[in-house]
Amino acid sequence: MWLYPLLTMSFFGATFGVGLAYASRKFAVKTDPRVQEVLDALPGVNCGGCGFAGCAGYAEAVAAGNVAPTLCSPGGPDVVHKLCAILGVSADISERRVAMVRCAGAATAVRDAAYAGVQTCALAALVGEGFLACKSGCLLYGDCVQACAFDAMEWTPGRVPRVREDKCTACRKCIAVCPKALITVRPESKNVQVVCRSQDRGAIAKQKCALACIACTKCVKTCPVQAISMDGYVAVIDSAACTLCGKCVEACPTHAIQQAHAAA
Amino acid sequence: MHAQHFRGGVHPPDYKVFSRSVPISVVPAPNKVRVPLAQHLGVPAQALVKKGDRVCVGQPIGACVGFVSAAVHAPVAGTVTATPDVNLHTNRVVPGIEIENDTSDTLFAGVAPVTTVDRAAIIKAVQAAGIVGLGGATFPSHVKLQPPADKKISTLIINAAECEPFLTCDYRLVLEDGERVVRGAALMMTALDVHACIIAIEDNKPDAAQHLRALLGARADMRVATLPTHYPQGGEKQLICALTGREVPSGGLPMDVGCVVHNVGTAAAVTDAVERGMPLIERIVTVSGDAVERPGNYRVRLGTPIRAVLAAAGCDIERCAKVVIGGPMTGATATDLDAPVIKGTSGILAFSAAWVNADQPRPCIRCGRCGTVCPIGLQPTQLEALANLRDVNALQAQYAADCIECGCCAYICPARRALVQGIRYGKAQITALRKAVKN
Repeated sequence: MWLYPLLTMSFFGATFGVGLAYASRKFAVKTDPRVQEVLDALPGVNCGGCGFAGCAGYAEAVAAGNVAPTLCSPGGPDVVHKLCAILGVSADISERRVAMVRCAGAATAVRDAAYAGVQTCALAALVGEGFLACKSGCLLYGDCVQACAFDAMEWTPGRVPRVREDKCTACRKCIAVCPKALITVRPESKNVQVVCRSQDRGAIAKQKCALACIACTKCVKTCPVQAISMDGYVAVIDSAACTLCGKCVEACPTHAIQQAHAAA
Repeated sequence: MHAQHFRGGVHPPDYKVFSRSVPISVVPAPNKVRVPLAQHLGVPAQALVKKGDRVCVGQPIGACVGFVSAAVHAPVAGTVTATPDVNLHTNRVVPGIEIENDTSDTLFAGVAPVTTVDRAAIIKAVQAAGIVGLGGATFPSHVKLQPPADKKISTLIINAAECEPFLTCDYRLVLEDGERVVRGAALMMTALDVHACIIAIEDNKPDAAQHLRALLGARADMRVATLPTHYPQGGEKQLICALTGREVPSGGLPMDVGCVVHNVGTAAAVTDAVERGMPLIERIVTVSGDAVERPGNYRVRLGTPIRAVLAAAGCDIERCAKVVIGGPMTGATATDLDAPVIKGTSGILAFSAAWVNADQPRPCIRCGRCGTVCPIGLQPTQLEALANLRDVNALQAQYAADCIECGCCAYICPARRALVQGIRYGKAQITALRKAVKN
């Protein structure tokens, strides 16, 4: 009687085997094998700096040729080389980029209100746009420091946070949380920058903060390569044109233009 | 009729004992007032005077521009010395008028009673007098007296609940000047063309309720309703629910359920505006808290610095760790004591360090008490988390915009989380999004 189960099971086995073999051909999903290769090459930190929710999303888009292979900031040039090799394309490898905080206030900014509420920038900014007289200034509670996943923000409470350029991956998470929109990304070498965003007129800006850009336009006139222009009442340096000569740093009467040095 | 209960709410100690038995006294008008042109919700008033002009008490100095706006009047007679930017106690900077007081208190010639009292005349007088909701919300009253034609109003509710701890200004007004309140309520009934008015008061003020009942006498169209002492009983939506059983829909207004709610102080101001032509130039402010030597209720000219009012009540500013404007549940910590008293300043509460909660927020323990006490039925802990994640779509889907900011969630939270502040951050994000969509 051992024959019947054996035959039954063999029959089922053969039927399902044929069925599965057919289904695997008929319903096969074509995947690009390069997606997995790209995903393996990416750092896997899911920082979102590329604009996708995570590395997997970026890997799919890159493999499909929809976006440039240069968007991964944490990976840097190494990853760009790897992606180019996988995809068989060439890319313009841009310089490593880092974030910077465009405010030097803190100690110098005048406070015109007492704030004792929840100690975050987001909530402090809701109370009449912050407790500083300068409504563009850093609120010093370090929301950006909390947001940074790479420990790339150096901060003592009560001071403006400073970016540790060696650790920064330009993932832009800090940019998203800053209620004053003070953080931008710049090429690593272009370290001459205006550290003020105040749109107050010169005399008023100076009353509110000793380090404010007072829109005197001295830097605009000094710059030998015309890399500086005025955006309303604040000077802006075009990093692409800047030659890092440092003449504007010397010319600025309020020290609102600073040359950052590599973090110690 | 039995009062119904709104959902949620808390029972904070009322601390009214500090100031409830102190009659209203007058804080002398200061030598210099700074009157902000934006003391109300809506468009700031347009300045009508310039530096060097002479003004009299009650003279319009700011014109009501647009539908939701309110006029502003000179609280003292004297000379306009400047038109500075004034920092309000909420750290908002608004245009203002600075007037040097010549102490003559000369009344403006245009101040005259309304001759024919009818619907249009009352609304006109209320608008001209710059009356706004004196409970603290400062919504222009003339707007609430002119509901759109498709909204049928059945009931006027006069809010004397005063559910906020410490505050007693409405209570003292009812006790000392109840007649003005009742007459103002009757005028507003005429303006709204309604034939039912309920004056609502919490049961921790039985003498005020008694006094109002005596004043009403045998009037059939007005009655006094005593409600349980239960925060936020004086919230517009909660009051309507407790009195009529109707629920204001999400995103809706009281007029959607046939009700209009006005504060008692507003009613008294309407009486002044119609019967004397007197605009809103002063208000009653409760000054209380443990750092105040003579807590009480003070009649203060608008534009008086908060510091001067505290000094009049014998408060040693050095001892203050925190000064709260309004009630302790919904009020705001003053960011600047030189900020002026404005139309919505119902209370000035000064506390020493011993009374200030210095606890740091701790992680949420998922006890769910905030959801239990929320009178709107929201999930504050979740909304706070969503606000911190800046997930605007989820905030909207969970009705963050319906939060009335009563503060029950933050009051009850055993982890001392700043829940209502977090939700306020979420609401700011929703407002910003709506503004962006509109543009």
